[in-house]
Amino acid sequence: MHIKVKLAYFENENDNSSFFPHSWLNYKKKRDDFEDMLEERRNSSDLRYALKCYTPVLYKGLTPCKVSELKQMVLQSDQLGYVITQVSKEKGVTSDEVTGEAAAILEEMAQRLQLSTVRFFAFTLSKVFKTLFRSICINEEGLQRLQQAIHNHPVVLLPSHRSYMDFLLMSYILYTYDLALPVIAAGMDFMGMKVVGEMLRMSGAFFIRRSFGGDKLYWAVFSEYVKIMLKNGYAPVEFFLEGTRSRTAKSLTPKLGLLNIVMDPFLKGEVFDISLVPVSISYERTLEEALYARELLGVPKPKESTSGLFKARKILSEDYGSIHVYFGQPVSVRSLAESRVNRSQFNLIPRHIPTRPSEEILSFVNDSAYRLVRAQEENMVLKPWVLLAFVLLQKQAAEEKQGTALDELTEQAVWLRDLSRQYGAFLHWPDHIPPSEVVSSSLSLHRGLVRISEGRAVVILSCASYRNQALNVFIRPALLASAIHTAASNRKQEIYNSFSFLRNMFSNEFILCPGATVQDFEEACYLLVKTGTLQINQQEVLITERGHRTLAFLTSVLDPFLQGYQVVCRFLCEQDGLTEKQFIPAVRKFIIKHLLTGSLLKCRLRYTEVLSSDLQKNALAALIRLGAVQKIKGYVGFTHLHVHNKVETTKLLFIYF
Amino acid sequence: MASNSSGSDSSDRQRIAQQRLSVIAGHLQRPVEGNSGILAAECKAQGDKLDVSSERRTVPRRRQEIMKWNGWGYSDSKFLYNKKGQAEFTGKRYRLSGMIIPGLREWMESTFSANLQHKTPAAPILNSSAVQPPTLNEAFLKELKSTGIPFSHDAEDRVFRSHGHCLHEIFALREGKIGRVPDLVVWPNCHNDVVKIVELACKHNVCLIPYGGGTSVSSALECPPEETRSIVSLDTSQMNRILWIDEKNLTAHVEAGIVGQDLERLLNESGYCTGHEPDSMEFSSLGGWVATRASGMKKNIYGNIEDLVVHIKMVTPRGVIEKSCQGPRMSTGPDVHHFIMGSEGTLGVVTEVTMKIRPMPEYQKYGSVVFPNFEMGVACLREVARQRCAPASIRLMDNEQFKFGHALKPQVSSIFTSFLDGLKKFYITKFKGFDPNRLCVATLLFEGDREKVLQHEKQVYDIAAKFGGLAAGEDNGQRGYMLTFVIAYLRDLGMDYYVIGESFETSMPWDRVLDICRNVKARIVRECKDKGVQFPPLSTCRVTQTYDAGACVYFYFAFNYRGLSDPVHVYEQVEHAAREEILANGGSLSHHHGVGKLRKEWMRESISSVGMGMLKSVKDYVDPNNIFGNRNLL
Repeated sequence: MHIKVKLAYFENENDNSSFFPHSWLNYKKKRDDFEDMLEERRNSSDLRYALKCYTPVLYKGLTPCKVSELKQMVLQSDQLGYVITQVSKEKGVTSDEVTGEAAAILEEMAQRLQLSTVRFFAFTLSKVFKTLFRSICINEEGLQRLQQAIHNHPVVLLPSHRSYMDFLLMSYILYTYDLALPVIAAGMDFMGMKVVGEMLRMSGAFFIRRSFGGDKLYWAVFSEYVKIMLKNGYAPVEFFLEGTRSRTAKSLTPKLGLLNIVMDPFLKGEVFDISLVPVSISYERTLEEALYARELLGVPKPKESTSGLFKARKILSEDYGSIHVYFGQPVSVRSLAESRVNRSQFNLIPRHIPTRPSEEILSFVNDSAYRLVRAQEENMVLKPWVLLAFVLLQKQAAEEKQGTALDELTEQAVWLRDLSRQYGAFLHWPDHIPPSEVVSSSLSLHRGLVRISEGRAVVILSCASYRNQALNVFIRPALLASAIHTAASNRKQEIYNSFSFLRNMFSNEFILCPGATVQDFEEACYLLVKTGTLQINQQEVLITERGHRTLAFLTSVLDPFLQGYQVVCRFLCEQDGLTEKQFIPAVRKFIIKHLLTGSLLKCRLRYTEVLSSDLQKNALAALIRLGAVQKIKGYVGFTHLHVHNKVETTKLLFIYF
Repeated sequence: MASNSSGSDSSDRQRIAQQRLSVIAGHLQRPVEGNSGILAAECKAQGDKLDVSSERRTVPRRRQEIMKWNGWGYSDSKFLYNKKGQAEFTGKRYRLSGMIIPGLREWMESTFSANLQHKTPAAPILNSSAVQPPTLNEAFLKELKSTGIPFSHDAEDRVFRSHGHCLHEIFALREGKIGRVPDLVVWPNCHNDVVKIVELACKHNVCLIPYGGGTSVSSALECPPEETRSIVSLDTSQMNRILWIDEKNLTAHVEAGIVGQDLERLLNESGYCTGHEPDSMEFSSLGGWVATRASGMKKNIYGNIEDLVVHIKMVTPRGVIEKSCQGPRMSTGPDVHHFIMGSEGTLGVVTEVTMKIRPMPEYQKYGSVVFPNFEMGVACLREVARQRCAPASIRLMDNEQFKFGHALKPQVSSIFTSFLDGLKKFYITKFKGFDPNRLCVATLLFEGDREKVLQHEKQVYDIAAKFGGLAAGEDNGQRGYMLTFVIAYLRDLGMDYYVIGESFETSMPWDRVLDICRNVKARIVRECKDKGVQFPPLSTCRVTQTYDAGACVYFYFAFNYRGLSDPVHVYEQVEHAAREEILANGGSLSHHHGVGKLRKEWMRESISSVGMGMLKSVKDYVDPNNIFGNRNLL
């Protein structure tokens, strides 16, 4: 498949105005159509496809160079040279030794992109994908935009991360559409898989250690390696903003390290611009669904190994539905930074000397990261099953043990479909098929999870992870609904305060851009007024007649999380102090005890999903952030509760009981 | 005056060297007579020895006699398309004069999508009724008359002194639009005249704006529209004598109104030169150089203006400022000369300057080097600077400018020459594998005694070879420098056909040269697109000066404005964005054009608030009533 792109005389640069896709006035956003790329694979030879002529469009400023030359450039760079001298002085060893060390780090890290390996993957993945998936749908217009972006500027690909499949899939797509293959930042754990690790390396992966906090040399080699590949336009650089796979299907709060590195060449004037391309990969059924649930429940994650991969081959016999990959609008770092960052702050220090990024830069990178994650969320395709998961989980929590009639389920799903569409969800609901059929076919694909009423934790957490896919659609209205629910009056200011508190509380849990409370509040109000749930005048917020159903639904969206945080609070109150390591097992034990007795204080503990370690960790992080809990040399414990300001946090949480 | 520079015998070289000097001396065919009788007798007595040459002064009081009122330079010299549609340069003053330039039309058409059918002619004559009647300060005028210093409130005289050569200034004139102009023009003839004028101005609260050569490109000469006082333009052009030459110390004492070409010509007559050759040297004045911190093409040998001046005399509202001796260096607190240099007419009028002079160079030689790409070229210049072996001038043009230079090749007379050209091109692009769309060229000028020049030349070419450079002949080099003088005329041709543009400069550390060149050029292209320019712009640059710690870069930017309702505004927005880009990437606000009013908004960020306060307090002390009210700089 080839994409024709007109290279206009004026290069079609990124359209600045179209970023901030989540701008709430913009909800009727037009999205591109999808094409199924597997269709052609099913109708023509995989071998011929794997051996096809591959001539991607490259960056216009590219000076072609070999993998070995790339390494030389890194080792000879002023940046690294500076750090090598520094380290050799500090450690009292010769700079040759340190250079040797740097070369070894680079050797361990560097990719060795090889077309033959890519062709091998193209062949085998074609076979695998055709077995596993019904379709892999791509927005081809997005690929055209990407091609243009690759031609004009260095490109950074930022896919969402839900599965190990993600980066293989990305390279597979780019190869198929004759686009430049990326180099991919991968975690070191893959290197453990001997053969596969090397193969991944040859398909463009470079490996970074999970933590290298104080290691100056490692950091220098790593950041210089990434920057050189990016600046020279060697290949698009791909990494996961979320840092790791999200086990819950909620987007994770972004990690800033790599984003900081890739923005640096622009901020320091070494390139005119850099395009950041958010990519949203939505799986109808994740390969790892049960694995994740077990992990969240504390069953340890199996170490990546080649043999483990072969054991996993039984999944080949299952049906994983379809994948949707949406290549978002490229975001220009230049336009992000405009009137935000004063670039002349880099004028007075030679640029090869490593400096700590200023507060201004850090907050800029952080905001950009959130915006990019939201851009990913915006274009995640939601399947009907996601909505069904909402309904089923709420029913389960309400202890309707006898199951749900199909037509009732359908009615509720259709209601939710309409609501989510009004809120701007990117829903793939086949409108030409009767809703009941849509529902039953979704149920059959996920038949393993349908027997949810039995209340098995693994099933519930798997189910929750599907529901979570749509949380970003409802999160702001849900925060507002809960705020209305808890506020003492219907005065707007009071509701806003309550909203602001909840939003702050949950900012480790959901993607809520820092400092955007007012916008989020307005967005939520706008949506609820638009859909006839609320009427808002100067002072007051009023619930309309037909708004109650929506509000009830929205409140219940947040309920499991609220209860989870309460449980964690409750637990911490009863503790004298424990280490961070003990926290998760202890809180889990505590929850299981209360789940079995069925009560916590005077209230029923309804949500099995509070067992999720992800939620527990987020709750703890939030309490620490808010100053309710303090870390003392590795111990966790409440600070004195009578310190008022901080007490309020906990107090407010108890209001919900 | 065409030269065949391929000859290698020494007499030929000598001839070429002489020719170079005549670029300076020979731009002009004849001096303008008819200034006699305006000289105030008392000043004449000062320097009768050297004043012999004053009969051949270039700039008359009535500039309109020889110069365009709404374009660059001499009235008789301009580019035009003749009846056959070929570009031609008129007049007799320049090497290019009277020649056909066959490549120019195609270059203009392909670079700008310009079309000879689409003309935008300028208003042919100055309509005096469009000029506001002067606001005269009668008391001032009355006392001025009694001094016998010539003055005028003729509309043409006033309009001529109301502008520099910024695009918006010339564009407005071409459209016959005239804003605030000075109310009166005075022509002091010597230092004492200036003292009298400044005293009267202070006494009667009149605003004075010094005027030298009028080549400003920073809106420095624009009359502040908010100025309500009578504005008097103080034209120094008649203070143009060399008062003495001191051969023992190699200095010359010169009146500040002298223009560059006269200064060099007159000194040459005595066997000396200053070596200060800014691109505007035909018209710009010594006083103007001092007031803006000018830089000359050959600063590598002779230095910039701050290196050249030994002594300055300036008349301020507080009195005359000058040092008591001519010692070559002093440790007497901050150098007061540095308050004067770059003061841009806000503190007073520079009247006399003592400058270093040098014996005229025995030998001059041009040269050029072709590099496979701009990056290699910059690396070579950096190495040359590192080894401190820069020739008198070394400039590196980017690919677009190289092509532009090529388009300006005059018609070659012999088939042999064009055959040779073809062969050279073949050698470079095919045999050496240079990409014609990436290669760039450096032009060189060596000066000194013959032996040393040849040695120096070898050293520089050896360095160039390390960076993939190929020597590309003297002719290319010489043409590069010739273009310096005619490029300003070219803008007028562009403006006849919907093309507007300008150049601006900056300086930066070596490690940022490539980044700034790339980013600023790209920014210009992007801004043009964003602002609705219908055709891709010309966005090009060259490195024009090298220093130990950095370089000076010139950007040229022009576009076809068909389809735009307010092209000048668009132009200004783009230039503004380009300057922001320069500053964001670590370039300076200006290398030698100055700040004027055009770049004032960035002064505080450039020199810090404390720095601004320092300059302000000097202004407040020297000129508390803002007599020198051009409002430049601060």
